[in-house]
Amino acid sequence: MARAASTSQKIAWTVVAWAVAFVIFFPILYTVITSFKTEPEAIAGINLIPSGTLKSYIDVQTQRDYWRPFTNSVIISLGSTLLALLIAVPAAWSMAFSPTRRTKDILMWMLSTKMMPAAAVLVPIYLLFRDFGLLDSRIGLTLMLTLINLPIVVWMLYTYFREIPGEILEAARMDGASLWNEIIHVLTPMAVPGIASTMLLNIILAWNEAFWTIRLTTTNAAPLTAFIASFSSPQGLFWAKLSAASTMAIAPILIMGWFSQRQLVRGLTFGAVK
Amino acid sequence: MGKINLEHVSKSFGVTSIIPDISLQIEDGEFVVFVGPSGCGKSTLLRLIAGLEDVTSGTIRIDDRDVTNAAPAKRGLAMVFQSYALYPHMSVYKNIAFPLKMAGEDKAVIERKVQDAAKILNLTNYLDRRPGQLSGGQRQRVAIGRAIVRQPSAFLFDEPLSNLDAALRGTMRLEISELHQTLKTTMIYVTHDQVEAMTMADKIVVLNAGNIEQAGSPLELYRSPKNLFVAGFIGSPRMNLVGGAQAAKHGAETIGTRPEHIAISRTEGEWRGTVGVAEHLGSDTFLHVHVDGIGQVTVRADGEAGLHTGETVFLTPEPGKLHRFGKDGVAL
Repeated sequence: MARAASTSQKIAWTVVAWAVAFVIFFPILYTVITSFKTEPEAIAGINLIPSGTLKSYIDVQTQRDYWRPFTNSVIISLGSTLLALLIAVPAAWSMAFSPTRRTKDILMWMLSTKMMPAAAVLVPIYLLFRDFGLLDSRIGLTLMLTLINLPIVVWMLYTYFREIPGEILEAARMDGASLWNEIIHVLTPMAVPGIASTMLLNIILAWNEAFWTIRLTTTNAAPLTAFIASFSSPQGLFWAKLSAASTMAIAPILIMGWFSQRQLVRGLTFGAVK
Repeated sequence: MGKINLEHVSKSFGVTSIIPDISLQIEDGEFVVFVGPSGCGKSTLLRLIAGLEDVTSGTIRIDDRDVTNAAPAKRGLAMVFQSYALYPHMSVYKNIAFPLKMAGEDKAVIERKVQDAAKILNLTNYLDRRPGQLSGGQRQRVAIGRAIVRQPSAFLFDEPLSNLDAALRGTMRLEISELHQTLKTTMIYVTHDQVEAMTMADKIVVLNAGNIEQAGSPLELYRSPKNLFVAGFIGSPRMNLVGGAQAAKHGAETIGTRPEHIAISRTEGEWRGTVGVAEHLGSDTFLHVHVDGIGQVTVRADGEAGLHTGETVFLTPEPGKLHRFGKDGVAL
């Protein structure tokens, strides 16, 4: 009997899970639907069946250059991710394999910087960027996103590296592996999945980051987030066009996320479920 | 060859001294077991020999060569870890071949040696598998295989069987002993399990708080423990230790008598007591007897003894097998 109950429970939970997933996904779906509507249709109220026009997409392409912000997004998210990894891999490595009494505190401190509201440091950062000539530059934005996401990258890598048993490295040393061989044959193959997941997550975070990217750029370095924002212009809101721009902005990362979801889920739940 | 000499070796982590001062000689081909309670420094001592930890002071010699500051790989030792420490991303074949590959051996030589090791360890059918697809016992054998292909001058085992279930532990114990007989290579084996120590060792080194309490053959330790610690640690069930007036009668602070060296009778004897718990193992029965004025005494009786809880019994320690200890806990 218990079994029958658990089956119906399972069905109920499945329905709940799908419902929740749908609620979460709905805004994205509605954005896509709206992007295929005409402007009057878009403001007419909730309507799930668009007329299927591509006009908004054509308008977006003709009014604004899509490829420039796209390229900026790619450069900034990839660049900040690589830079963050370059700093975080050795940092996480040393914290995982030669922890000191302060390691936990340092990790907590790093994470605590994420608890500070970004708006609180907007003015000083803006002034710094202005004085160093970094406003509206890819380098400036790359630096900014690197620093913003660094705590998360260090934390993720740290949890990954912690999972690599120290005894395996010692075994390699006993087996006569030089430091270089140890890195190539033992460490890297074991660390790569973790680094890859971290990299993917960070690319997504950087791609979607909207607070700083919008505030620190105008035209030259503006990524897709700023591109979307530019459609909510003083002339008023054009929902269909805004939706088309949004769809185009999130499509690349959505596709990437879709193909790498296995790796991503593994990355996010690693350590939680061993 | 695999003669290992420790001369006044000490190890501290910061201000904490783990091993104050140990000198020990291990002969070529000997099977030495380091045994002691957890935290006694036995694993640290093994890691010092392996070179995975640096000594604070003292000298380690392997075959009369000073290796105190040599890298682990340069000491010619192989180690089997408690967690097996296999490379999870490599097949069994590659795991076993790894040390040979690192040593720059020829492909054909590697192939031959790996196949030989696999044959000895019954792993031939598993060479293509990953460690994750193996059982605990098989993983342990892979770890041993990885150790033997190098033909090291000595093997170091760090509690290699503690992750296995009881039945498998018994089998692997035998396999390691057989391996030692086949290879005749020096083996140093760390365990907290005194049964493993007694059954496998040529020489047992009992460690406590970083000091050697006693080193000797299993029977030597069993028959004449140097002090209370060794007396209590070696032998299962534990030796009964009795103080007070009973000990004074024998001119000692504490007397010790092993459960198997106590005669039990329903009618007469030196000590009178009541049977508490009776553990029936089939071949033997361990009786926990409450003796007036002494306390709990464990007695090993025949499996068919037929004694039950609540019965009154009389115990007589065999006079020749009584151990006497002085005030400082050292055997008299």
